[in-house]
This record gives sequence, C-alpha cells and structure tokens, in this order.
Amino acid sequence: MTLNRRKFIAVGAATAASLSAPHVLADNHGKPRVVVIGGGSGGATAARYIAKDSKGAIDVTLVEPSRTYFTCYFSNLYIAGFTDLEDISHTYGTLAAKYGINVVHDWAVDVDRDAKTVSLAGGSVLPYDKLILSPGIDFVEGAVPGWSVAAQNKMPHAYKAGSQSELLKAQVMAMPEGGRFAMVAPPNPFRCPPGPYERISMVAHVLKQTNPTAKILLVDPKESFSKQALFEEGWERHYSGMIERVGPDFGATNVTVDPEAMTVDIDGSVEKVDVCNVIPAQKAGRIADMAGVTDGNWAPVNAADMSSKADPDVHVLGDSAQQGDMPKSGFAANSQAKVCAMAVRGALTGSKVFPAKFTNTCWSLIAADDGVKVGATYEATAEKIAKVDGFISQTGEDAATRKATYEESVGWYAGITADMFN
Amino acid sequence: MIARRLLPIALTAILAAGALRAELAGDAEAGAALYGQCKGCHEIGKGAEDRIGPHLNGLFGRRAASHEGFAYSASMQRAGVDGLIWGFDTLDAYIENPRALVSKTRMSFRGIKDAQDRADLMAYLRSFSADPANIPEAAPTARGTDHTVDPAILAIQGDPEYGEYLSSECVSCHQADGSSEGIPSITRWPEEDFVVAMHAYRDQLRPHPVMQMMAGRLSNEEIAALAAYFKDLD
Repeated sequence: MTLNRRKFIAVGAATAASLSAPHVLADNHGKPRVVVIGGGSGGATAARYIAKDSKGAIDVTLVEPSRTYFTCYFSNLYIAGFTDLEDISHTYGTLAAKYGINVVHDWAVDVDRDAKTVSLAGGSVLPYDKLILSPGIDFVEGAVPGWSVAAQNKMPHAYKAGSQSELLKAQVMAMPEGGRFAMVAPPNPFRCPPGPYERISMVAHVLKQTNPTAKILLVDPKESFSKQALFEEGWERHYSGMIERVGPDFGATNVTVDPEAMTVDIDGSVEKVDVCNVIPAQKAGRIADMAGVTDGNWAPVNAADMSSKADPDVHVLGDSAQQGDMPKSGFAANSQAKVCAMAVRGALTGSKVFPAKFTNTCWSLIAADDGVKVGATYEATAEKIAKVDGFISQTGEDAATRKATYEESVGWYAGITADMFN
Repeated sequence: MIARRLLPIALTAILAAGALRAELAGDAEAGAALYGQCKGCHEIGKGAEDRIGPHLNGLFGRRAASHEGFAYSASMQRAGVDGLIWGFDTLDAYIENPRALVSKTRMSFRGIKDAQDRADLMAYLRSFSADPANIPEAAPTARGTDHTVDPAILAIQGDPEYGEYLSSECVSCHQADGSSEGIPSITRWPEEDFVVAMHAYRDQLRPHPVMQMMAGRLSNEEIAALAAYFKDLD
C-alpha cells in the first residue's frame, strides 16, 4: 500500500462520513471497536468470543461478503453423497441476534492502518481499535499455467466451498463410463493438508458406485503428503487399481492445463481428461495484502496473540497467517481465534489474559465409516507457534475404530460450527 | 503420578510390618472371598450367564463392551470403541474407582481402595480367563498399583475464570450446550468425576488419543479450573 493511496482512502473516509453518516460511527458510545474481516472458522469464532465474553463492552463488526457460509471441511463428503450442501451451510443471524455483533455483508476493499479504518465496497468506512483479518486463502496467479479463476467453471478448484463444490460434484456425476478424473494438487503450504487426498478418496467412492471403470489421475508436485500411509493403504483396500498418482519424479512439478481442450500436460505428456480439479498454489486472502501485513504470500504473526508482525493492532488468523507449526485448517483457525479474542479483550477492557494454548485435529474420510485423524497441541514461543505433542491414526486399525473416528468427526463438526455460529 | 510415587512407601510399610505376602502377589483364594462383593451382579465360572452385569469368564484381554448379547451402557460402549482392553492396569483402575475409567458406567460400585485386595481379586478373576498364556503371570498381578488421585489434588479449588478460557479448547469438539452426538457431553459434571477422568487420560489409563494429548499437557490446577467451570455450565 502506498502513501498516496492511504491519503486517498482517508479523504474517501471523510467524504463517506459527511455524506452518508455511517451508522457504525453514529452508534458508538465510546466503546472500543473491533472489526473482523472474514466470517469463517477464524473470524466468526473471534467475533463471537469477543462479543460473548466482553458482554457488550466491545463493539464488534463482522464483515463477510456471503450471507450463507459453506464450510470447506465436510465439502468433500458432500461430493461423495455423505452429506447435503445444506448441512454444511451456515448463516450469521445468531451472531447478530444473540451477541449483538454488527454483521455487514460486504467486501472489505481497503485498510488504512494509519487512520485505523476499513473501507467496504459499498462505500462504508469502519473505524477500528483492533482489526482482525481472517480472509482465508486466495490463489497464486499463474501457479498452474493455463488455469485462472476465469476457467474455474471448466476446471473447478472447489477449494472454497459452495457453488464450486456443487459444480465439481455435478461434473463427476456426468463423467462418461470409464472416464478419467484428474486432480492437480497444490504445493505446500496450502489450506487443509489432507484435503486433496480426502477428495480423491471421496471421488473414488462415488465413482466406484456409479462408474466403476472410471480412473483417477492425481498429479502432485509434492514428494509426500499428509496421512500418506493411511490414504495409500485405504486406496489399495477400497479402490484398488483406480487411482494413479504422478509425483515430482515424473514431472508433476511441470504441469500446465488447457481448460478448452480438457487436457493436462505433465512435463510434455498430454493427458485428455473428463473432469479436471485444479487446486492451485495459495496465498493469504487479498485483504491481508491490501492491509500491508503480508511478507511474500502469507502474513507473519506473533504466536502469543496472533498479532501481525507489521502492526500490533492488526491480528491475522487461520489460513492467511504465517504462524509456525500449525497446519492451515478450520480447527487451527478456531483455536487461534480464541487466543486472539482473549488478547484483544485484554488489551481493550483489561480482562485477564492467560497463556496461549493451541490445538488442532484433522479428521479425514477414506471410505464409508473409514475415518482417520491426525492432531497436535501447540504453544506460543518467541519465534512461532511450536508443536508440543501429537498423534496420528495407525495403519491396520480395525473397522470399529475407524467407524468411531468417523462418528467423532461428525460430532466435531457439530461442535465447531456451534462454537462459531450458535 | 503422585499416587504411583507413594507406592514404595506403602511397600516399605508392609515389609516393615512383616507382611511378606509373596511380594504382594495376588492370592486367588483371598480373591474368591472378595468376589462376594461382585457376585450379586456378575456370575463367573462354569455355566456363568449374564445377569445385571455380564459374566466375567474370559475377561482378561477382552475389549470393553465386546461381550455379545449384553446391553452395555453408552459410556462403556464408547470406552470399548476408544480401545479400552481389560488387562491388569485397566481392570485395576476400574475396580478401584469405576467412574475414573468409564464416567457413566452402570456398574454401581464404590470401588476397592486397597491395592492388595484388588490384586487378590484379579488373581481370582484371572483364573477364569480361557487363555492364560496371554496374561503375564506373576509379574503384573504381583504388584498392587494405586491409581487414586491424591486427595491433595482433588482438594485444589479450580479458578472458573481460567477454566472458562481453557474450556474454549474443549468446546471445539464437546458442545457447550451438552449435545452428545459422536462426542460425549462434558457439561454439568460433578467436579470429582471430571478430575479423576482427566487424570485417567493423563496417566493413559483411558485410551482415547486426542484426550490423552489434551489432558497430557494440563496441570493439576488447570484440570481443577476446567472442572470448576464445567460443573455449572448449562
């Protein structure tokens, strides 16, 4: 962000204030103000905890463009038919009605950190004392040559849930008999490390039912991936002969796609496919960049309170944050949001601040009733969020254990979404 | 693990008293007499059938709630799914205080606090297990281990404000409104039950890997704080 632009925004803010007298300013009775951008696992949790625990002492505004939010977690299960899209959709009414959060459905288009204001696409300007950015991911342009968001209907990413998930599912269901599904997996780091591989499993599950001679081509630029032994064991057990993985040794770091021709070029070898799920390389949601808190693709934060290393009054949560050892997951964002909420309340109202603790668990489904999980606990050090302890499901576990793990994931889904929206 | 550290002291006391009962080896004959407390609900031996509780033949090495035909409590079923296997350590802890291991077990039994009595009782139970080759002989049943949470730890007054913050980690999975779909409810729990359950996870007597990890890094004060918070949560 340039100085000129900041000045321009500041003028814009003053103009907006004089013309439309934004209600946020008018309604403020000297209470400290928190603006949260992004209503997902990080932002909704942070807004809810700050509003709930400050009992009205802090004015909380949540900016989220979508009126209906679809969780990315469990969207792979939707593709396989284990859940409906409605079951992974959530709205913000309770956050407004029960906790008094000012929910604004608009795009944040700029942040002026000197004036401490956020500009919205609709023209409003929101002043803040503390700003929390939890915008999730955006895709790195040109990461997969030939692909751009303009081509996302031909080759869906389905890595932001909702219409993209619906589209990918419809394409899988419409595959010709014996057709081929391809996925171009992303390089590290990216949202939900087991996500692409759970998706491969869920696509295999649905094809096994509807189109058993179909094949799956996984083009993966990484040497190894999350829960690899568990997934590979499961693929062999449930979908033997169906899934082919092409790794970096065979050119998966040099991939281009042609959405019109529906081809994938792997280091010169052109493959014609029927469905192509491109999950490009990722970076922090754009507003983090516009706020000037990113360094490269991600926004570095202090582990103790998730504050930006560029600005103590800006906090960054979840996928966008560069925090250390935690994976980019909804569980992690939810965990970070609570640490951040406590720190923000402490700074604004003097409430007690306890030492930061973080947790993550990621469940994945390989086939019906075949669930696995990986998890860890973390602590804040001066350098980063550092892993303390962890566990992972074992290969060869019995069916009862795997079923229980799946049922536990369903319970967790109910738990975390209640913790965000209820 | 304070309770375990107390063990050498207990041993010393017994040795000093000259009670050299084969190094605390379980005495099946003494156990048979102690079994009188159990037999109102549990049959054992030839022709034993399920009554209020399941029969106890072949108990050692069995997964909790795995005996077919018996209607176990939801809590016991969950323990079985989590991987609770009846062996010396788990059975010892269960007989000592059933709720420490299985929170809402239907086994209404106050527990046997004396480690030697438990060792004796287990020696008796063990003689009805079909495959004694799988059961380590003298060594494990020879020692009485005390799992009871130290009264000093139970007496810690938890800080509910700290508990409320710590609880934010729990409610990512356990719903604050007490729903128990897939994951059990932990609200409105008697404080002591909460504390002994968390210590059983921390000591890895309870099998669940997530809970072992979560409990593993909680101090005694933090467990008390959580118990103080959750007991009143509606």
